[in-house]
Amino acid sequence: MSLNCIKIPHKKNTENCKTKRYTIPKTVSIPMCQHMGAPCEPLVSVGDEVKVGQKIGDSEAFMSTPVHSSVSGKVIEIENILFANGRECKSVKIECDRKQTVSENVKPPVITDKVSFIKAVRESGCCGLGGAGFPTHIKLNFDENKTPVDNLVINAAECEPYITSDYREMMEDPEDVINGIKTIQKMLKIEKVYLCIEGNKPKAIDLLSNMTSKDNSIKVVKLSSLYPQGAEKVIAYNATGRTVREGELPLNQGIIVINVSTVAFLNRYFKTGMPLTWRRITIDGDAVKSPCNVKVPIGVSIAELLKFAQCDESKVKKVLTGGLMMGMCVYDLNTPVIKTNNAVLALKKDKKSPQTNCIRCGRCINACPAGLMPTELEKAYAQKDADRLKSLRVNLCMNCGSCSYVCPAKRNLAETNQLAKLFVSEKG
Amino acid sequence: MEKLIVSPSPHMRSGMTTQKIMLNVIIALCPAVIASGIIFGLRAIFLILVCVATSLVWETLFNIITKKPNTISDLSAVVTGILLAFNLPPSLPFWMAAIGTFVAIVIVKCLFGGLGQNFANPAIVGRIVLMLSFTGAMTNWTLPQAFQITDAVTSVTPLVNQKEDYLDLFLGMTGGCLGETCALALIIGGIYLIIRRIISPITPLFFLLTVEVFSVVAGADPLYQILSGGVLLGAIFMATDYVTTPITFWGKVIFGIGCGIITCVIRFYASMAEGVSFSILIMNILTPYIDMITKAKPVGAVYAKKKEE
Repeated sequence: MSLNCIKIPHKKNTENCKTKRYTIPKTVSIPMCQHMGAPCEPLVSVGDEVKVGQKIGDSEAFMSTPVHSSVSGKVIEIENILFANGRECKSVKIECDRKQTVSENVKPPVITDKVSFIKAVRESGCCGLGGAGFPTHIKLNFDENKTPVDNLVINAAECEPYITSDYREMMEDPEDVINGIKTIQKMLKIEKVYLCIEGNKPKAIDLLSNMTSKDNSIKVVKLSSLYPQGAEKVIAYNATGRTVREGELPLNQGIIVINVSTVAFLNRYFKTGMPLTWRRITIDGDAVKSPCNVKVPIGVSIAELLKFAQCDESKVKKVLTGGLMMGMCVYDLNTPVIKTNNAVLALKKDKKSPQTNCIRCGRCINACPAGLMPTELEKAYAQKDADRLKSLRVNLCMNCGSCSYVCPAKRNLAETNQLAKLFVSEKG
Repeated sequence: MEKLIVSPSPHMRSGMTTQKIMLNVIIALCPAVIASGIIFGLRAIFLILVCVATSLVWETLFNIITKKPNTISDLSAVVTGILLAFNLPPSLPFWMAAIGTFVAIVIVKCLFGGLGQNFANPAIVGRIVLMLSFTGAMTNWTLPQAFQITDAVTSVTPLVNQKEDYLDLFLGMTGGCLGETCALALIIGGIYLIIRRIISPITPLFFLLTVEVFSVVAGADPLYQILSGGVLLGAIFMATDYVTTPITFWGKVIFGIGCGIITCVIRFYASMAEGVSFSILIMNILTPYIDMITKAKPVGAVYAKKKEE
């Protein structure tokens, strides 16, 4: 048995573009909530001098991770930022001095055991770089007695169209990927590692297979090039054959799923002690003239990135952070780049096909990787039937968007599922 | 720059639309349309055109009267028109055909909320209403043009006389409804739809298989039972209608088997010669229940076995 998947266009225009360096801009704005969980409180105030890698935000909440400065310069404002998903938080605006003086606190962490390892991961400011932004130190800090973990799944599927930042990570910094995997494997005493790459990246598969050929505990898995192979539950199932059950995490099945760029970053941090201050981003879309991959300091505005890739702003209708299938719209081009943005896409048009009634063709049911019935969910939500929504397991929807993609009637099924989830949770 | 568009994901849709699906069904029906013209002459083509035109007119009128946006561009009315025409004898008066399309489009489809909301196949109900209202005209089987020398000779459907050989049946050189006789054309259309992934082969396969098995058990000629009457037309084009048939894999299996059994029961043991339309109608009505019992099981779903602990 395999989970439902769909074919979508790949559009990997930037797969052969070597990552460019981005010049330090005049100002950056570094938001205090770039991860899943509680936002940080700024540790600096207006007028303070900051250096690269200096911690500028932290939180005492369990589910959080610190924020560091990506530039050296002077704090000129603590502003409020509203993201398109409705999340609002403080953001530290820094005027860059372009010297990029590195903070004296940046030094390789001393890691001796699991406790110091987890502490180092937290101090790195790391969160899931694939897009969800789950704080990495929480993911890795499992209780061996309650939920023993024997499988580490490295997510390098990159199933969204356009995005190639994970692929470039593997091609340009394969040592970081492999050494990062080995460190995690050693510290957490994990038996088996599955490095899962979609079949549309044969070079990465060859490269990493050769590099791990002597290590029997690391297996490079070639996934079929379908969407959404990179969804956590899907990749966990395809790598290990274990099904993550309702209301549980892959952890409960003894699996940790972690993004390939996250692993590579962690290795760089263990080597240099430089926290998460930049990331690799794909800039693409039909409105972008020279699509590319760039190493971008966190906090650079999306407008500047688009200018960097020679995007004609007058033609842009829609700008996304993330991919075409799950990316989030940007309503203001001054929005800064955050840790979880793996791509910025600028699109010329937003084609809206006319909607018809559902014709019950069943394409959404055959597309849903969670085995749900989106058309039935839509009807249940229209009737505001919370019990039926629950029995159809709307909570298992991962918002991959496959149902909306395949629907010939152009129903907004994925959107309805999100509304339905909210409705069910409000009903209690 | 204008304001940026903000909308929920996904930001990409497949090229498949309702209109394209219907267009593919129309393309798949074309071989049978041409075959009917060859077998029964120009009048058959005219009858098809009358059915399509009146279907479009009824839907437009209904939408005007109820102040709804016109929906004929989805092409489903064209499909219904052709399918109803396929279920009529070539000699049927045009005004009767128009009544048939009125029942199909307005009563069965539009009054229930339009495309996707009807519980039964419009063309089948249209045919059944005509059958019960104008039994004489609806069973006035003309022989194929090829056999006609002077005037149209009336004959009986092969299900009644059971004399034609297999090749004539396969090519449709026999009396019957205008779209159901040529097995070859229907099969070509069906294969096209399966290749284009418009329909799933499950329902037709189980429908035909059940008719075969039942015929063997009942001592009838299994090949004859499939090639004559409306089994192929029903199995390929009516039992695969998205709206009125089950949506899940096992639902389609049950639907196909159910149609096969009811068809054979009517053919062998009831007073009527043909049972395809009634079998599909009955299974249409059962569809919501079939869907209910064959509901997909979500991946990783945990079902509470007992409430108290």
